[in-house]
Amino acid sequence: MAQTLSQKVWDRHVVHAADDEPDVLFIDLHLVHEVTSPQAFDGLRLAKRGVRRPDLTLATMDHNVPTTDLTIPVADPISQKQMDVLAENCREFGIRLFPMGHRQQGIVHIIGPEQGLTQPGMTVVCGDSHTSTHGAFGALAFGIGTSEVEHVLATQTLPQRRPGTMAVTVEGELPPGVTAKDVILAIIGRIGTGGGVGNVIEYRGSAIRALSMEGRMTVCNMSIEGGAKAGMIAPDDTTFAYLEGREHAPKGKAWEHALDEWRSLGTDAGAAFDKEVELDAAAIEPHVSWGTNPAQVVPIGATVPSPDDFLEPSARDAAARALSYMGLTAGTAMRDIDVDTVFIGSCTNGRIEDLRAAAAVAEGRRVAGSVRALIVPGSMAVKAQAETEGLDRIFTAAGFEWREAGCSMCLAMNPDKLAPGERAASTSNRNFEGRQGPGGRTHLVSPAVAAATAVAGHFATPGDLD
Amino acid sequence: MEAVRTITGTALPLRRSDVDTDQIIPAEWLKRVERTGFGEGLFDAWRKDPTFPLNGSTYRDASILVAGPNFGTGSSREHAVWALMDYGFRAVVSPRFGDIFRNNSTKAGLVPAQVDDDVVQRLWDAIEADPSIEVTVDVESGRVYCAAIDLDAPFPLDEHTRHRLLEGLDDIGLTLQHADAISAYEARRADWLPTTA
Ligand code: SF4
Repeated sequence: MAQTLSQKVWDRHVVHAADDEPDVLFIDLHLVHEVTSPQAFDGLRLAKRGVRRPDLTLATMDHNVPTTDLTIPVADPISQKQMDVLAENCREFGIRLFPMGHRQQGIVHIIGPEQGLTQPGMTVVCGDSHTSTHGAFGALAFGIGTSEVEHVLATQTLPQRRPGTMAVTVEGELPPGVTAKDVILAIIGRIGTGGGVGNVIEYRGSAIRALSMEGRMTVCNMSIEGGAKAGMIAPDDTTFAYLEGREHAPKGKAWEHALDEWRSLGTDAGAAFDKEVELDAAAIEPHVSWGTNPAQVVPIGATVPSPDDFLEPSARDAAARALSYMGLTAGTAMRDIDVDTVFIGSCTNGRIEDLRAAAAVAEGRRVAGSVRALIVPGSMAVKAQAETEGLDRIFTAAGFEWREAGCSMCLAMNPDKLAPGERAASTSNRNFEGRQGPGGRTHLVSPAVAAATAVAGHFATPGDLD
Repeated sequence: MEAVRTITGTALPLRRSDVDTDQIIPAEWLKRVERTGFGEGLFDAWRKDPTFPLNGSTYRDASILVAGPNFGTGSSREHAVWALMDYGFRAVVSPRFGDIFRNNSTKAGLVPAQVDDDVVQRLWDAIEADPSIEVTVDVESGRVYCAAIDLDAPFPLDEHTRHRLLEGLDDIGLTLQHADAISAYEARRADWLPTTA
C-alpha cells in the first residue's frame, strides 16, 4: 500500500505491536539537556535501572548557560546546580556530554544536525518540544516529557500511538526577502495552534524543496507551534549534500547503503493524508506576530487586528487578552510599533545562515540608539564559523552584542531577559506571555526582519532601510 | 504512579484558551532538580492578579480544572503536570489538549478529559454560579458527570491508557516485558547508523 514518509519511518522502528496497545518504537537517537532530565535519572536510580544505550544518547547544556563571559562563575547557583547534576548523571551513566564552554556545545537541536547525528529515516527524541527540528532531514523526531525521557534511557524505546498524517504543501516561489521563518509563521497563522494536533505534518511542494537544510529546520522547528507531534520533509539531494562529510555521517560503502535507504523514504505517489492544507508561496509576506500565541501573526504591512475580526468567541477573548498584555491598540500599523530589544538566535534561527542573513542587513548600519540587540549563536560551532567569516565584527561594529551559544533569551532561564513591559523582536518560536521574562512582550520575526528592526527601531524589512 | 479510578470534587473554571505550559509553570521554576514542590509556581504570573480564580478561597479545594481549548500547548515540560498535581488537581477538562501535555499527564496520573466545547461552557457557567457543585471525572467509564446540571459527557481514553491509570502501572516495566523483541530489533539495525561514541 502507498505510504507516507512518516508511516515508513514509523513502520521501520516498530519493535512490538499488538491490538489495543501502543506500538513500541525503537529510538535511534536520544538527546538530553539539563532541564528535563534530572528527575528521569533519579527515577532510574530509584528503580535500579541503567541506561540501555548510552551510545545512542547525547547530552548538552543549553537552557541555563550564560551567554556572556564563560570564564566567570555562573551567577545563578540554581542554574549551576542543574548543570552540575547533568554532568554527574552523564558521568554515572556513561553518557557523552558537551558541557558549557565545550567547542561542540550548543542548543540541542542545533548540534545534532551540525554533527551529522541526525539522519534521514531515524527516530529522534528529546525532552524538548522543538525536537521536531530534526524532521527537516526526514527523521521522525518529537519532543517527550520527563517520564518518557526515563523510559527511553531505560529501554531505548517508547510506547506510542500511531499519529495521523497531515500534508502542508507550499507551491510556487517565495518573493524576494521572504524566508523560511515567514513560511512557517504563515502556516501556523493559517492552521492555528491546534491545527496539527495528533498529526505528523509533512511539508511538501516546490517552495519547501527550494529551501536550504537550515531553512527546512526553521520550518520543522515550529511544527509544535501548530500543535503537531512532528514535522518532516522528505530527504533529497539538498539533504544528502548537507550530510556528506559531517562527523557522524556514514562514510565510504556505508554512505552508498545509506543513500539507497534514504532515497526510499519519500511519500509514495498516491499515498493519502488524513488532512491537507495548501499555501501559495508567492502570496507569503514577511510575518510578525502581534499576540501571545504563535498563530496570532500578520504580514508586516498589516495592522494590529481587532478582537472583533475573530468569529469564534474563544479566539475573540484570546485576541482581547493578547492586545492588553502586549500593550497594543487595534489598527496600529505593525511598522509603527517601536521595540526595545532585538534577539537573534534560538533553535529556530540560530544557525549560520540566519546569522549571515542578519549580518547582510547589519553591515554598514547602526542599531537604533534606543534598542538593545543581542546575537546569540545556536552553537559554539556556529559561533566559530561566524567568527571565521567575520560576522561578529560586522555585528559589533553595528552595535549588536555578540554572545556565546545557548538558548538565552528564547526562554529567559539564564540572565538574558526582558524587563516587564519591554518589547522585543525575536527570531525564536514562542511569543507566550512572559516567555522572555515576566511581563515581557515578544514579537516573532525572521532574522532579516529582526536585524532591520534593530536598525530602524520599529518593525521593518531590510527593504525599508534603503 | 498511583492508581486513579474516579475523581469527584469541586472544580475550578479557567476561562482561557491556549493556556501554554509556560503559563502553567514558568521557566524560572524549571531549575529545580526534584519532582515535587512545583504547586507553588502553578500559574505564577497570573496569580499576581488577585481576581485570578486560584486566589481567594472560592475554589481552594478544587480537584478538577476546567479550561478552554488548547490547554497545555507549547513546551514539553512535565513540570506543568507536576505543578497541577502538586497543587491538588487530579483531572483537567478541556476541548483540546497539547499532545505532549496529554501524554505527560497520563504518565503521572493526571486525567486529561477532552470534551466538546459546549460541555466546558456549561461547566463554567454552573461552577461560577455555584462553586460548591460536584463534578466527577470517571476513568473507568470515560465520562464526565455533573448531576447538578444533568451533565454526562464522554471523553476519549484508549484501553491501554485506561488500564494503566486504573492499575497505576509503570510504563517502563510494561515495555521491559518485550526485552527480547528490543534485543532482536537491535540485532537487525543497519550497522551504519550513527552512534554518539
Ligand atoms: S532555543 Fe528556545 S525553543 Fe529552542 S531548545 Fe532552547 S529554549 Fe527551547
